[in-house]
Amino acid sequence: MSEGPLDPTTAPTFPIAARAAMGDAQLRNNVRHATNVIQAKRARVVDEMPDWQALREAGKQIRQHTMRHLDIYLEQFEANCTRAGGVVHWARNAAEASRIVVDLVKQSGSDEVIKIKSMTTEEIQLNHALEAAGIHPYETDLAELIIQLGNDQPSHIVVPALHKNRQQIREIFQRTMHLPQLGDQPQDLADAARIFLREKFLRVKTGVSGANFLIAETGGVCIVESEGNGRMCLTLPETLITVAGIDKVLPRFQDLEVMLQLLPRSATGERMNPYNSLWTGVHANDGPRAFHVVLMDNARSEILADEESRQTLNCIRCGACQNACPVYRQTGGHAYGSVYAGPIGAILTPQLQQMQHAQSLPYASSLCGACYEVCPVKINIPEVLIHLRNQVVLQNTAGIAGLFDVEAAAMKAMAAIFRSERRFKAAQRLGRIAETPLVRRDQQGLGWISWLPGILGGWSQARDLQQMPQQTFRDWWEKRSNHDN
Amino acid sequence: MRVSLFITCYNDTLFPQTGRAVVRVLERLGHTVDFPPGQTCCGQMHWNTGYQAEALPLLQRFVDQFRASEVVVVPSSSCVAMMREHYPKMAATLDDPRLTADVEALLPKVFEFSEFLTRRLGLEDVGAFYPHRVTYHASCHGLRSLSLGDGPLRLLRAVRGIDLVELERVDQCCGFGGTFAIKNADVSTAMLEEKISAVLDTSADTCTACDNSCLMHLQGALHRQRTGVKTLHLAEILASDELSPYQDAAP
Amino acid sequence: MTTSSPLSARAEILQKIRIANAHAPDTAIAQSAWSDLPRDYKRTSTLAHNAVLDLLADRLHDYDAQVLRSALADLPRNIAAMLSARSIQRLVVPAGLPPEWLPPGFIFTPDDSLSSAELDRVDGVLTASTLAIAETGTVVLQNVPGQGRRALSLVPDYHLCLVQSADVVQTVPEAMARLQPTATLPTTFVSGPSATADIEMTRIKGVHGPRFLDVILIV
Repeated sequence: MSEGPLDPTTAPTFPIAARAAMGDAQLRNNVRHATNVIQAKRARVVDEMPDWQALREAGKQIRQHTMRHLDIYLEQFEANCTRAGGVVHWARNAAEASRIVVDLVKQSGSDEVIKIKSMTTEEIQLNHALEAAGIHPYETDLAELIIQLGNDQPSHIVVPALHKNRQQIREIFQRTMHLPQLGDQPQDLADAARIFLREKFLRVKTGVSGANFLIAETGGVCIVESEGNGRMCLTLPETLITVAGIDKVLPRFQDLEVMLQLLPRSATGERMNPYNSLWTGVHANDGPRAFHVVLMDNARSEILADEESRQTLNCIRCGACQNACPVYRQTGGHAYGSVYAGPIGAILTPQLQQMQHAQSLPYASSLCGACYEVCPVKINIPEVLIHLRNQVVLQNTAGIAGLFDVEAAAMKAMAAIFRSERRFKAAQRLGRIAETPLVRRDQQGLGWISWLPGILGGWSQARDLQQMPQQTFRDWWEKRSNHDN
Repeated sequence: MRVSLFITCYNDTLFPQTGRAVVRVLERLGHTVDFPPGQTCCGQMHWNTGYQAEALPLLQRFVDQFRASEVVVVPSSSCVAMMREHYPKMAATLDDPRLTADVEALLPKVFEFSEFLTRRLGLEDVGAFYPHRVTYHASCHGLRSLSLGDGPLRLLRAVRGIDLVELERVDQCCGFGGTFAIKNADVSTAMLEEKISAVLDTSADTCTACDNSCLMHLQGALHRQRTGVKTLHLAEILASDELSPYQDAAP
Repeated sequence: MTTSSPLSARAEILQKIRIANAHAPDTAIAQSAWSDLPRDYKRTSTLAHNAVLDLLADRLHDYDAQVLRSALADLPRNIAAMLSARSIQRLVVPAGLPPEWLPPGFIFTPDDSLSSAELDRVDGVLTASTLAIAETGTVVLQNVPGQGRRALSLVPDYHLCLVQSADVVQTVPEAMARLQPTATLPTTFVSGPSATADIEMTRIKGVHGPRFLDVILIV
């Protein structure tokens, strides 16, 4: 379990957190099982779509286009939502967004809110702000409920409690819902949540949500979900407050025809998730009487300013990259020290935060490309990771301190070697000499290295390294050419 | 055809036998091989680790060495992926129109070794003989960046005497990832463990791939665990024939 | 900006976006660029209408929904059969649902601004629908006569949904095109009963929305 909120500014580096996570065999089993199941489901419903690649391309282009004209589409959304009776607020950052929401809840006259799962509100740690203001938030998504009652943190964008198995969930529910007899069948647990929350749905007067899509053309909002808890929060309260990153806007209603095909199949491996809700402002005799949208920047406009990495903003939060990532599958989400875990987290978190707080995240990838392959809007995550690595290097090698960076010194020395054939050949010879003290013979009489010093020790903790051959390829080639002539 | 060999820095230094095998296969097929001696490294390690400024001069060096080549064959998918995915952008960064044009002209002539055989030459049977149980590891760059597909497998299926066994979860990364294996050694090791157990499940005596980087990683654990499974670059299997079958290296 | 007063959050965010994009807002350019976006995916039906209906039934079965085909004349009889099979007695119905469709022997309560608690006490809800999407097994409801407000099809535990065969399309793009003129109405896409896979990725039917969904296809 993760202690305290996931906060990149205080989290340990990824390698350290990953080591701790991988010591938890139960966690690893749970994560492996869950990601295997989602991946298989996704593959099945994606493979039945002959036009999947065309949809991905359209998805990418729509998102790219939106970002290029983001100011226009936000203003259109604001105008159309306002015309339909909604109230639009703008927030520069997390603190401003939280303050707006807290004030709106207070104005609604409620000291409790029902909440739909929203990564944006997780990002800004809204629940803490609400609680600090004496407002009790009830998470209503089953997974978020498990997280909230278990005093835990989300580890996946779509399935936040994927790191918990049924026995662990039963234990949390037994303890917090006072149900000592509760069984551990998923149906038992879901039924318990239904009973626990229904009373809240019928009673609480204020709802808080995120948004999957804001539609500029109509001023409408779209939320996709599975359980119906979202619909409860969107329709039963008197006041609804939606917090959305400025990246969530889509130009037109028609663009949903692409997103509503890409998102469910990528996220949960369903042809369509059970419920999509679409509403526009306030509707007479249907749903809340007051509707607020908080449009939050929180570093998104700075990401937009980076030509190399602005594609990060195209993300539609499906989590497919997490399920496909061999690193995430080993560590689970908490090791990333942020509510955004996995490959998308590795590029998003360092950009949402000051980079120095998340320097290890761009390196938390073998660059295998599985994330890019499954991304429904074709975000080239490996490319952005490499770009961010360059930012890390520039940050670490700036100024006097940079002169003492061991890795940078080694890299620069290597680069100098590769810039000259003569130096390269000398380095090859020198390498053979330098490694000699480390070489041991195996039963076949071949030379192997089983221990390496310093930062290279990571290699030899589980791997041997064969002794360098006595003759390089170029030596062989040279000799052969001389012989031939 | 006159084939220029870009051996890559780590094959040159650590796996010269792969280079020799490539030469052997290409010459057996009737091609002439040359080796521009000024070649060193494609810049992948620097680029992927974040040392972009250090990688840029290596692009210029590669272009200078191979500008005049008819085709360039590279026994490493990850180095070819580096060139295809990043060289155009690197050239643009340098704002040098001549270099940009050179890169544009050169890249279509660069082939990964198996890709050269299957796509450029249209071959499957290259006259190889290797009577062993073999499993093929698809490296991520070969699989995703170069889309090699079943090309390497078709070459292997045509090898006489081979007993080819498919690897479970062949699309999973082995955990190498260059400096990832050192910077995130624990996660890398866990990924490696899964791959090793898949390899052992095949009961193959040889694990092959189009990338010695992955193979060095696999070999490191296969040797540490005394499994007796050896790793061979695809070129080494294809170089083996009845006249001169593959022999383990002498001490 | 000549004033020295601090920018509003709105102005500051929009200004940062404009600097990032390095161009002034131009609606005409945005519009024409949007029209040029590639849409090479499937946007029209590829199946005969009967096959589309079969596909819808098949996809709904996948979600464990019961599907019955009925001629308009047989509708009351078939509704009665569906409800009896599920032991449903008391239903809420939206205004505008043709009364001649309702079979005798059940209690149909019209939605006259019922409270959420009152909705929670009926067995189920009977609604018409705006359209259905075969490929995804989706029925779409809007706030119009016969379908009603969103809470109706949400709070009761059972939902029997009537779909006119002429309203069934094959693909999502066809559906969005039909919805475009009424895009601002409250709209709900329903694909099977409420479900979750949050526990070990095991799909469980019925969490907060209706646990049971049946569909009658009016042919």
